[in-house]
Amino acid sequence: MVQFSEEKLNKVKEIIARYPDGKQKSALLPVLHLAQETFNGWLSSDTMDYVASLLQLEPIEVYEVATFYSMYNLKPVGKYVFEVCQTGPCMLRGSDDIIAYIKQTLGINVGETTADGLFTLKTVECLGACGYAPMMQVGKHYREHLTPAKVDEIIAELRAAQ
Amino acid sequence: MADEQKLFKVTIDNITVEVAPGTTILNAARLIGGDIVPPAMCYYSKLQGSGGKCRTCLVKVTKGSEADPRPMPKLVASCRTTVMDGMEVANITSPEVVDARKSIVEFLLINHPLDCPVCDQAGECHLQDLSYEHGVSATRYEFKRRTFDKVDLGDHIKLHMTRCILCYRCVFTADQLTDKREHGILGRGDHSEISTYIEQNLDNDFIGNVIDVCPVGALTDKTFRFKNRVWFLKPVDAHRDCENPKCCGKTVLWMRGDEVFRVTARKDQYGEVEAYICDTCRFEKKETSDWVIEGPRKINRHSVISQGHYVGMVKPQETIVKVMDGRAPKLLMDIHRVSEVNRPEIDLSKIEGPAHSDDFKINGVHPQ
Amino acid sequence: MGRKLLLDKAHIPGIRYYDTYKGNGGYAAAEKALKGMTPDQVLDEVKKSGLRGRGGAGFPTGMKWSFIAKPEGVPRYLVCNADESEPGTFKDRYLMEFIPHALIEGLIISSYTLGANTCYIYIRGEYAWIPEILEEAIADAKKNGWLGKNILGSGFDLEIYVQRGAGAYICGEETALIESLEGKRGNPRIKPPFPAVKGLWQSPTVVNNVETLAAVVPILNIGGEEYAKIGIGKSTGTKLISACGNINKPGVYEIEMNISVEEFIYSEEYCGGIPNGKRLKACIPGGSSVPILPANLLFKTAKGETRMMTYESLADGGFLTGTAMGSGGFIVLDEDQCIVKNTLTFARFYRHESCGQCSPCREGTGWMEKLLKNIDSGRGKMSDIDLLWDIQRKIEGNTICPLGDAAAWPVAAAIRHFRDEFEWHITHPEEAQARNYGLAHYADPREIAVPA
Repeated sequence: MVQFSEEKLNKVKEIIARYPDGKQKSALLPVLHLAQETFNGWLSSDTMDYVASLLQLEPIEVYEVATFYSMYNLKPVGKYVFEVCQTGPCMLRGSDDIIAYIKQTLGINVGETTADGLFTLKTVECLGACGYAPMMQVGKHYREHLTPAKVDEIIAELRAAQ
Repeated sequence: MADEQKLFKVTIDNITVEVAPGTTILNAARLIGGDIVPPAMCYYSKLQGSGGKCRTCLVKVTKGSEADPRPMPKLVASCRTTVMDGMEVANITSPEVVDARKSIVEFLLINHPLDCPVCDQAGECHLQDLSYEHGVSATRYEFKRRTFDKVDLGDHIKLHMTRCILCYRCVFTADQLTDKREHGILGRGDHSEISTYIEQNLDNDFIGNVIDVCPVGALTDKTFRFKNRVWFLKPVDAHRDCENPKCCGKTVLWMRGDEVFRVTARKDQYGEVEAYICDTCRFEKKETSDWVIEGPRKINRHSVISQGHYVGMVKPQETIVKVMDGRAPKLLMDIHRVSEVNRPEIDLSKIEGPAHSDDFKINGVHPQ
Repeated sequence: MGRKLLLDKAHIPGIRYYDTYKGNGGYAAAEKALKGMTPDQVLDEVKKSGLRGRGGAGFPTGMKWSFIAKPEGVPRYLVCNADESEPGTFKDRYLMEFIPHALIEGLIISSYTLGANTCYIYIRGEYAWIPEILEEAIADAKKNGWLGKNILGSGFDLEIYVQRGAGAYICGEETALIESLEGKRGNPRIKPPFPAVKGLWQSPTVVNNVETLAAVVPILNIGGEEYAKIGIGKSTGTKLISACGNINKPGVYEIEMNISVEEFIYSEEYCGGIPNGKRLKACIPGGSSVPILPANLLFKTAKGETRMMTYESLADGGFLTGTAMGSGGFIVLDEDQCIVKNTLTFARFYRHESCGQCSPCREGTGWMEKLLKNIDSGRGKMSDIDLLWDIQRKIEGNTICPLGDAAAWPVAAAIRHFRDEFEWHITHPEEAQARNYGLAHYADPREIAVPA
């Protein structure tokens, strides 16, 4: 059963209050972020239907939006998603090598999740950290100036956090 | 006249017309009519907010207005640009516009399956017309084309996304004509698609109109799919006293003999429906007895649908006689002597799916 | 040392927080505006400053503000465009992360000028940790009377909210941003009507970049005329440049718009030259969508003049031999870089980010990416180069929004200036997989075009 806690429902109310009356559709992106964080890092159709009912929208309006933006996961993902930037400025600084190294270290391809469900590898387009390339986003934060050694450290750190 | 207002003068391809302020260039051109009307694949005058997306109606504004005669820096979508007093527009007289339109046709076609031979829309497809009129005969695209699986949107509508040009008309139709929209545009960029996300029946009294507004064969009538080619049918105007108060009950029946193969709304010269019809009229009234037939539907003379139908048609000379120089060749085989296919007592429109030879068996055996 | 107006206090520890910011002269400009100036007077200062939009288009900010419609009884909105997504650009992130109050102060002054009582900061979703920083700054500003009702007794009310995007470059286009803020897909709107007349929820709206709005603070502090004295010609004031690629010191720099491109790349104050003694091959000075220039057109224009870091000088020569200031995303490529590969990553980027609404961009961007992929991987044909050229030409100018142009220009410029590198990839498919084309003649002095 998809259901926000009381605290999260209050957060939803607070978000809706940012917009004029009747413009609660504006809350859709922030509430989808909240839902994704809350329900295992991805948006199932049940989750999206729930968000639709919270904001008094038709479900299709939510699907249209959720499939447009690249940050919403529409399929289950690992606990940690490595989103490695591959656009020009990162490529100039060796992002291809980093992607290859992560693939080899985790034994997965782009778009796949490790068997233990811990790591998913994704390639993404420019994240606005071009001066600190190569880089990737893991959860909320950026990991910048990546080297193979630094990738090892990050993986060890996240494994240890289990 | 109480509400008399100043009209704007606009000149399109050197033809001047006076229109009410707020009129778009495209609609001003339609008032003039003829070759200078820009083609429109996504604009639909009856759907609010439509237009601007396909870019086939691009024109060049060579003079902005009397007050500000500067030309517009880029080509503009004529369906969404309103006229100004004294505006001058070049459509087919501008090589730049003709060239741009050619490229738009190319872009629209690179991922189109070009499956016209098996597409029900063939013969009344706007993309076909557009390609004949403005496209080139060969493609420069050498990559695999984008494909999607065919989907049933309920009992009556088939979605063949591979053919879609993303005009958004069906989305606007559902928004503006039905109580609740259940399909929309999903995904982004070149993998955008019309979909319901989770497979769902589109169920609504007026949803069938998406078939009529679709400029291509992406949305087709399942009660008609593969039943016949439109140019073999005879369209007639008909009406019935429809119970649905929002339905005008005025339709076109596409017939062969006494058989009603399909029912559509009546369309004007730009392919737009004159008034929407309900799904009961469209999908369920397939007997001539359901309708009051008014008479033959006027179809544009250039349309393939008119071929062989109406008065004034000169039947082509029997070429074989001509080439044989008067000698009458003997037919080796007359198909009707050996096959009973298309027996008059069989209603093709009532067969589920494409007709199969088994459908013509008599008591389980093929007639000899 | 060039004069700093935005980052002058960036080095002060704790400048992120209200007390430190206030203690170092912060909010003086807001006080000056709200207590002693009418909105028209502020607008006048901004006009005098010659400030131009820092997001990429370079449109005069004062003029943009003066377009806003003011119908009775209809709210007006200011939207801060923090959807920084142009490859090579990361300057706004720096401002928001380290000196958030500079932005908040700029928003207060700008909203006051426009008569907007609600302001939204639309920030790209990937900058996931920054909304908290901004929200904390907003809360502190509010606590200290800079937001809310009747600010400083001026009778002016203002609330600022932060809205996170969710991964879409296109939402940096102002009408797509407005759509997204309304909770819809980020499809750009067809203009007219312009946002200044019908924007957010059909109300008059101004959308400005983070750096533009923050720059209003120093303009009020030093006065518009003083601000206009910095820089050259119509390139007034200071500009944040985010430098990346093959340079010794990538990062965000504030420059006065009166230094040369050569100085910017090679001086210790800025990029610090190219690492490992490599030579410069090419540069994209304004974010991925502006034309790439080979080394021999970068420091000197085709007329033989020194190329400066100004809107006009960077654009000197038009698209034939010039480029553009764009968003200030300065990408440097050394002699080991492959232009084909670089162009491919940009083509992939624009294909990925196309909203798919209009046909030239939806279909054309994917086609260009496929062709470039073929050339890059040694499967290209000589005719592919002309085909690429033709496709980009047919996208440019024919789309609803500028993303089509942004996708076309990098491909056009790469072919224009580096055609022989593309040809080499096709004639030497195997060798091209093993090594790069190198510097070739791209740094050789060019013959200077003598005006007739």
